[in-house]
Amino acid sequence: MTRIGVVVFPGSNCDRDTLHAVELAGAEAVELWHESPTLDGVAGVILPGGFAYGDYLRAGVIARFSPVMRAVADFAANGGLVLGICNGFQVLAEAGLVPGALLRNRDLRFLGREVRIVAERTDTPFTSGLDRGRPMRLPIAHGEGCYFADDATLDTLERDGQVLFRYATAEGEAAAEGDRISNPNGSLRAIAGVLNATGNVAGLMPHPERASEAILGSRDGFGIVRSFVGAAAKRAAAPVLVGGGA
Amino acid sequence: MSATFRYAVNVTPKPGILDPQGRAVEGALGHLGVTGVSAVRVGRRVELTVEAVDELTARGVVERLAGELLSNPLIEAAAVELLMSTSSTTSGEPGR
Repeated sequence: MTRIGVVVFPGSNCDRDTLHAVELAGAEAVELWHESPTLDGVAGVILPGGFAYGDYLRAGVIARFSPVMRAVADFAANGGLVLGICNGFQVLAEAGLVPGALLRNRDLRFLGREVRIVAERTDTPFTSGLDRGRPMRLPIAHGEGCYFADDATLDTLERDGQVLFRYATAEGEAAAEGDRISNPNGSLRAIAGVLNATGNVAGLMPHPERASEAILGSRDGFGIVRSFVGAAAKRAAAPVLVGGGA
Repeated sequence: MSATFRYAVNVTPKPGILDPQGRAVEGALGHLGVTGVSAVRVGRRVELTVEAVDELTARGVVERLAGELLSNPLIEAAAVELLMSTSSTTSGEPGR
């Protein structure tokens, strides 16, 4: 059975939900403690939501220097699949494993509500099971989710297909940057999730694990979890190295 | 031979980065009846003490921390400011 690791930082609070969603997708889910220097032979790693180290200094920055993150960075450099959700996205951004930064929400408020996002690509390990252009209903719960990168970086991301998810209207149209309803945190170009340059590390602010069962009001997020687990299983069977990471 | 140096690292949002905190503070100015104040930017200040052989070495450590940990260079600028230095040896002899 494919083993997926879910990192637990002090202050993580979506780790149990994420472990559960991974199990629903048919994988063995194991906790990886933040002090662990190794990844226990997992085929994929998820950094869950929460408030790692209390979000002190900047969301994600203290977690970025924890021992497990050195192992995650090595794993990613060797082509390993890594997904960061919400606070996990912030950790990945602080670690430089995905481009950009997450700023304070435009209107300063913590946002706990449902949004719609669309996958810009369905040919990635994180989105292969999704329908292109179909809006998905997922919850957000964050104070610092406003995606930022400079214009040159944003242009590169768009050109190279590194914009993975965008906030969307109910009709599934990509939200305008200034649309306070559909893009509530003010993310530049309404970016909700990005991919690294080699396509094996992704982060997104909305919570797929909280929308993975009918009882939760939406199963739209389960496609992301299932895509990730499926891709990790394939790689475990036939390891792929990208970027020639030494 | 070593000395201690007290620094402040002032971290502020880079020009052009949206600073909703600064904007919220600016929004409160009117409630105080204050006019003519603009361009409010909210950052943070971190003070720390470094023990090193000299100020150049100490500053090197602080600048590394400022760039890697205390600020995110994508969105923030960090300025290092020496507050105080204390020499722990008075003679020029090498320490043991």
